[in-house]
Amino acid sequence: MGMFILRRTGVMILTALCLTFIVFFLTNLYPNLEKLAKTQGNFRMTDEAVASWLDSNGYAQPTIQKYGQWLGVLPGWTHETEDGVTGRCITGTLTQAEAAEARSFCGILQGDWGYSTRFKDEVSSIVAERLGNTGYLMFWVLMLMVPSALIIGVLAGMREGSVTDRSLSTVSILTTATPEYVSGVIFIAVFTSSTVGLKWFKGTATSAMDNPTFENFFLPVLTIALYGMGYIARMTRASMTEVMTAQYIRTARLKGVSFHNIVLKHALRNALIAPFTVIMLQFPWLLNGVVIVETLFNYKGFGWILVEAAGNNDIELLLAISVVSVFVVLVTQLISDIGYVYLNPRIRMS
Amino acid sequence: MDPLSWTGSIAFLNPILMIALAILVLSVLAWLLIGAVMPENRAINASADGSVTLASGPRDMAALVLRFAFLGTAAIVLAYLVLGIVLDTKAGIIGAMARQFLPVWVALVVLFGVSISYKRRLGLYGKLFDSPIGMIGFALVMFWVFTGFFGSLDLIVTHDPLSQVSGMKNKVPGTPLRNPDEGVLQWYLLGGDNLARDVFSRMVKGAWEVVKIAPVATIFAFMVGITLGLPAGYFGGRLDTLLSFLANLILAFPVILLFYLLVTPEIVATGLPQYMAAILFAFPLIFFGVLINSRFRTQPSKNFTWLLVTLLPLSLLYLSLINEEGSKIDIAPRALDFIPLPGGLLVVFVSVVFVNSPTVFRIVRGLTMDIKTRDYVAAAQTRGERPWYIMLWEVLPNARGPLIVDFCLRIGYTTILLGTLGFFGLGLEPESPDWGSTINEGRKLLSIYLHPALPPAMALLSLVLGLNLLADGLREESLKD
Repeated sequence: MGMFILRRTGVMILTALCLTFIVFFLTNLYPNLEKLAKTQGNFRMTDEAVASWLDSNGYAQPTIQKYGQWLGVLPGWTHETEDGVTGRCITGTLTQAEAAEARSFCGILQGDWGYSTRFKDEVSSIVAERLGNTGYLMFWVLMLMVPSALIIGVLAGMREGSVTDRSLSTVSILTTATPEYVSGVIFIAVFTSSTVGLKWFKGTATSAMDNPTFENFFLPVLTIALYGMGYIARMTRASMTEVMTAQYIRTARLKGVSFHNIVLKHALRNALIAPFTVIMLQFPWLLNGVVIVETLFNYKGFGWILVEAAGNNDIELLLAISVVSVFVVLVTQLISDIGYVYLNPRIRMS
Repeated sequence: MDPLSWTGSIAFLNPILMIALAILVLSVLAWLLIGAVMPENRAINASADGSVTLASGPRDMAALVLRFAFLGTAAIVLAYLVLGIVLDTKAGIIGAMARQFLPVWVALVVLFGVSISYKRRLGLYGKLFDSPIGMIGFALVMFWVFTGFFGSLDLIVTHDPLSQVSGMKNKVPGTPLRNPDEGVLQWYLLGGDNLARDVFSRMVKGAWEVVKIAPVATIFAFMVGITLGLPAGYFGGRLDTLLSFLANLILAFPVILLFYLLVTPEIVATGLPQYMAAILFAFPLIFFGVLINSRFRTQPSKNFTWLLVTLLPLSLLYLSLINEEGSKIDIAPRALDFIPLPGGLLVVFVSVVFVNSPTVFRIVRGLTMDIKTRDYVAAAQTRGERPWYIMLWEVLPNARGPLIVDFCLRIGYTTILLGTLGFFGLGLEPESPDWGSTINEGRKLLSIYLHPALPPAMALLSLVLGLNLLADGLREESLKD
């Protein structure tokens, strides 16, 4: 088991390195840098002005070198002018002597996530704050989605082909066919608009960042939860129907155990192994849902900074975002693998 | 001109529909409640003449009522459509829309009539017509396919989806135009959007955007996934490790981040999408080349003819797709570049294929690993068949069931992805009538005007729902074999 986790962690780090390099490469293509220079400087910059801006801000180096500096394995760039020295590890402009004392390595290995050109702030503080908002949203999404999906799946799967099964399966197909931007728009139209008249909820979740209430927070949570729910419910149903046809369930029935007890004591535990993996693997999709719903409901969390950073080619913020999301995805995959082994004693890692 | 009401002169049907719907809802509730509470009826009645029947209890009663309520509602909806087609705008917005969709209705009736009468000879497709769920799904899908197709021929649209008409900004459904031209419909059937364009026409045109991109992109994703997944599953080892690592790499990326990084004008300017297209679009060529070569390897003359017949048009298509005048890849002569694929559309296409293919790869790889342990594969190996022959002519045909089902689901997923792209204003041009962009524009004024955002949202929902139901029906029918 220890070896397995070690190997998975190795693959995880390799994946994270590859992905961040891809993001780095794409954001550092010349047209993107040119756009960055023009948004940071001014839009009527000449080509020479763009080139000199890029040079004095350290963007003109080879991509590999910049990537090494961002990681913290290569010394940060410095640029000397008449006024003094500027550089990656230097805030503002310093004199020669002061610059010599500054740190020479400052990448993520040193805990330095860089500076956001869009928000004019430290990347680490922005990501931490926004991630908190999204974490809160995700918590409630999971609290709503997982129990209801499991209940629907178990109810549908315990009597295959019954009335309950058919109607609940139709509901879960319907929710998987409704992407967040469709269900969100329908919910806003029905429950918040003044034309329909059901003003039960608020159409934006902006105020939910400081003061989340049922009124302003339920719709975003419901919108994300619905799309994922149908899929988990269908997986639970499939697993439940499989368990219900197993030999030991038939034995229990023939012994005269009540249906109630068969489902709760015998079937449920084995039927919930597969959905556990599915729930863990849903996290990457939830991340997508978060981006859409945060845009739709104007909730300023992790998804919102992703859109802002990508729209403004904010390189270091984007990199931090991809590190965080890749980390979430890979860690949930690892948990799902390890959890599967623990839940299912028939599988042993060699 | 008076504004159109929703139902016009067929308004007498509304109360009947309301009653039918109320009965339907009540009977569904009763059916669910009885199904959950009452035990299943197992009593058997033997009648005097010796025949044996199951006793009918409340469960059967509820099911019967539900069936009649459903049929009744369906009949009334059909009456709306038929009267609408006959009365046109006299039957209000519903009638006018039913008339506009006339080519679609005709096509649907013909398709279903022909398919049902020949269903025993049509294989899996014919079996679809044995499953009600599958038929409903197929009807929904084909409705939008025909709408898209006829819409692109300007048969269904009532107004130009891009032109703005003064005085029609954010007007409610059924508002008459101020001074309409001759021969144009005098109302905006589903109202005007915030730029005074016709919502109905934009929705119909949006169907074509989906119908022309989603299936083709899904086919390409399948070509890539199959061509890489078969050897990965069949050979295993290092090749499998490498390819699976790459697939997981792409899958670990949040899709929206990937879209934001790939689908920007700056990236299009670097030519990166075209290089990716050059690689991704080459997979069908490889696939068909290997497919034919592995089969006719021992008959060189036949092999040559078949390769020539398939690869020549495909290569032409390939060149024409990746080649674009005045861009980074501009190698083919003008005459060969017969498919104009502007950078924006190409990058949408490429990124959708790129996001979908790793999942297809994983499915194909899993299926291959399962199937390669079967006896017929061992038999082929003993016969001395080459690996590629076994993969493409023994393994692949036997994996077709799950692949066809996944194909339907994946078209739906691609539709959702295209909507996501439109929703974030990526790729497609800003005026484009695709559903994602229209929803995005409409949502800004959603609390005051509902009508611009809801039709495209409902359209997307029904298409994806249709594809999911179709996949479900196909899965059910293919399991019956």
